Amino acid sequence: MSADGVVSTRVGTSPNRVGGIGRVTGAQQYVADIRLPDLLEVKLVTLPVARARILSIDASAALAVPGVHTVLTATDLPQPVPRFGPQFVDRPVMATGEAKYHGEPVAAVAADTKDAAEEAARLVAVAYEELAPVVTIDDALAPGADLVQDPSIRPNDPLSGTNVLREHRFGWGDVDAEAATAAVVVEGDYTFPMVTHFAIEPHAYIAAPDGDGIAVWSTIQHPNWLQRILAGVLGLPLAKVRVHAPDPGGGFGGKQHAKFEPLVAFMALRTGRPCRLVLSLEQTFQAVRRTTTQVHVRHGLRADGTIAFVDVRADYNIGAYADIADRVVAKGSYPAAGPYRVPAVRILSRSILTHTTPATAFRGFGNPQVNWAVESNLDEAATALGIDHLEVRLRNVARTGDTLNPVDTRCDGEWDQSVRKAAELIGWGSPLPAGHGRGVALGIKSGPTTGLSYATVRLLSDGSVIVLAGTSDMGQGARTVFAQIASTELGVPLERIAVVMGDTSIVPYDQQTSASRSTVLMGNAVLSACRDVQAKLRTMAAKLHGLDEAGISVEGGVVRLLDRELGVMDVLRPGLGRMGGEVIGNGMARKDAEPDHPLSGSAAFFEFNCTAIEAAVDEETGDVTIVKHVTVSDVGKALNPLQVRMQDEGAAIQGLGHTLMEHYIYDDAGRIRNLGAIDYRIPTSMDLPLHMESAVVENGDGPGPYGAKGMSEGALLCVASAVGAAVRDATGAELHDLPLTPEVVWRALRERDRRRAQEVAR
Amino acid sequence: MTQTIPIRLTVNGRPRAAEVAAHHTLLEVLRDDLGLTGTKECCLVGECGACTVMLDGRTVDSCLVLAVEADGADVLTVEGLASDGRLSPLQQAFLDKGGVQCGFCIPGQVVSAHALLAHTPHPTRAEVEEGLAGNLCRCACYEQIFEAVLATAEGGDR
Repeated sequence: MSADGVVSTRVGTSPNRVGGIGRVTGAQQYVADIRLPDLLEVKLVTLPVARARILSIDASAALAVPGVHTVLTATDLPQPVPRFGPQFVDRPVMATGEAKYHGEPVAAVAADTKDAAEEAARLVAVAYEELAPVVTIDDALAPGADLVQDPSIRPNDPLSGTNVLREHRFGWGDVDAEAATAAVVVEGDYTFPMVTHFAIEPHAYIAAPDGDGIAVWSTIQHPNWLQRILAGVLGLPLAKVRVHAPDPGGGFGGKQHAKFEPLVAFMALRTGRPCRLVLSLEQTFQAVRRTTTQVHVRHGLRADGTIAFVDVRADYNIGAYADIADRVVAKGSYPAAGPYRVPAVRILSRSILTHTTPATAFRGFGNPQVNWAVESNLDEAATALGIDHLEVRLRNVARTGDTLNPVDTRCDGEWDQSVRKAAELIGWGSPLPAGHGRGVALGIKSGPTTGLSYATVRLLSDGSVIVLAGTSDMGQGARTVFAQIASTELGVPLERIAVVMGDTSIVPYDQQTSASRSTVLMGNAVLSACRDVQAKLRTMAAKLHGLDEAGISVEGGVVRLLDRELGVMDVLRPGLGRMGGEVIGNGMARKDAEPDHPLSGSAAFFEFNCTAIEAAVDEETGDVTIVKHVTVSDVGKALNPLQVRMQDEGAAIQGLGHTLMEHYIYDDAGRIRNLGAIDYRIPTSMDLPLHMESAVVENGDGPGPYGAKGMSEGALLCVASAVGAAVRDATGAELHDLPLTPEVVWRALRERDRRRAQEVAR
Repeated sequence: MTQTIPIRLTVNGRPRAAEVAAHHTLLEVLRDDLGLTGTKECCLVGECGACTVMLDGRTVDSCLVLAVEADGADVLTVEGLASDGRLSPLQQAFLDKGGVQCGFCIPGQVVSAHALLAHTPHPTRAEVEEGLAGNLCRCACYEQIFEAVLATAEGGDR
């Protein structure tokens, strides 16, 4: 094997993406591309209202359509209708009794063709009574508001008689006492819009009877979690539920948890045939979204610019079923005080149920919502005190080893380096043209609080390698990084390494692909599996050469004996002998829960990012142009620098979506009016910053392989805050609500003019 | 049963025939009847560009073209860009420059870029931005995609 080949693919270099060729030729098979014989097509029956009592369902006309095999309704399911969910067991396989959000399925049709299924779905006659929906946070908290969730779902819960699913209280120190030390106290209210993931691949599911079990193909990010959910709902042992998870075509959190897999599984079991449901883009809008927030924040700054206290109340609208949204609320609001040394912090966050699309994880996991409020308010407080917005951050940002939250991981990076780098790249303090402004913001997110990943590395008889790792590669490039780790440890070039993922019957358990964990947790598991292979090679070499193992070392594909160096093949070939075979290494990475911790676990690492923006604002139209977008992330060690850049710049641009253009619009009846790609805009190639500059800080201080930290959400965390700051700097307008569409900015400019005129009049 | 209409078309240089329903789109026929699943389905309203193919030398959203309209046409899909098992220079540049993340939009991106370079062999950056404006990438790999297209143009071969 060529040493040059290895040098160019080991960690720290940027070889081409593993799995890239199929992605540029069209050969890559996503779930909707899989063809199974005798497949039935599934279409959902939904109601054109947000909330309704289902009175009766008549499927006779639908069943008469040629090619239709079944129409499944809740009454055809086991009773009571099975429910599931990652945190609360609250989501029914399909609506039973009451449909609770616009788009919730009340029946489903399976037919030989899509045309027949669509026609039949239209012919399913549902008699229903429309009920007034609870849509907003204010609706949900109003005295006497209808309950979204039946209290029996949460017995013995004092909140079960309300629409508040949970309250979370975090904090330390004495806020009221510290307030007395503050020179200024500034407070404000901020809102974050309801946005959706808009993965270009709509969610898709196939289920097929598989002997005495079931096989399911899904666009899922967490195949092992889905396996557990399906086993529970269907009453099958885990071993009889085989989940295939082909690489998702974008996930961003929206594909973490089970949605319609149980429904499609019941259809497959009922018909005895493979059944497939591919959602339309409009249906994905109705299936997944980010939690939306109303945040009230209060900062106290002392005369020297240090933060005296932070006081945050955050209400999150999480929709009709909990999914993972309450965890989003807890984990997203927990670091609300930011990456700063703060003596007193008080946080109250609530997850609030409404008759809207169930919210779920979305890149940033609840943090961007709070960041928008807290970083914006910090700017207002700094302005009130007369201190520069960069300076207030440098003065307060934690240094390595500093305490953030007293019960959590301490500051694990040289974060001020990222801030200084971003300031330098944006030219902080240099003159600006008229109509331009600058903003800077910091983002922090707790990494995984628990984790469990297993990996197997197989060194085959010809020296090539198979890595089995249960991460989902949805674009972040996990395959490539795991292959690079194996390449580095075993001295094998990338073109001789295969990475197998996405099959729960073959690939060892992985808890989940989320929280930017995979490089750290699965990466460490792959690393330890490689070290297991090395140990076995050492044993093999000792036996072959009659040496003591202690005198042999294996590193990077080189086997060192006392007097000479051998290649791996020099040991493997004679060691395996004529029958061939392989050397199998196993590895595991585990982070246990901490029962007394407020999040049940401290952060494995922090994702830290500093974003700095130069924006230009058109005073006549309110249009915002991002002149320059600087994003600097502390990544510990970039195992693949190009992929790190792609993740950071992609996250940054995704953040510009909720900052400048994206939001659901609801009508009075609680229905989303702008379903689909025409009326819901995401950034295109024409919406980019005029100049994007991404940089990383690498100090090798992460817990992952070679000092890596998780990354890929960081660059999204504080985009809105930095853009908002730049627009305020350019215009003097007050901004509290996202997205900063031309209309929102234009109104803020007119409000500014009105305010200024009043001041002059006074 | 739905009445079908016979069509003949050339797809990636190969003559193909299909019996298609009058309301079926070119996208459906490519994916469901001809088994060419490289072309992707997302928005179905001509906004996302995932289903972009070339039809008689110009790019179209195949979700907006009825299959019967493609009767007699010459169609190029992502599967037709590589030849003899070798990636086209444009496809290779997408990999070399990091233009691919999840990959779902890439068939449409590559076909749009291929068409752009066919008509404008030496585009400016602004022309690339404009030329790819109809192809959404939620991973937002736009910058790297531009680099791939511009590098291919400089290489003089697509």
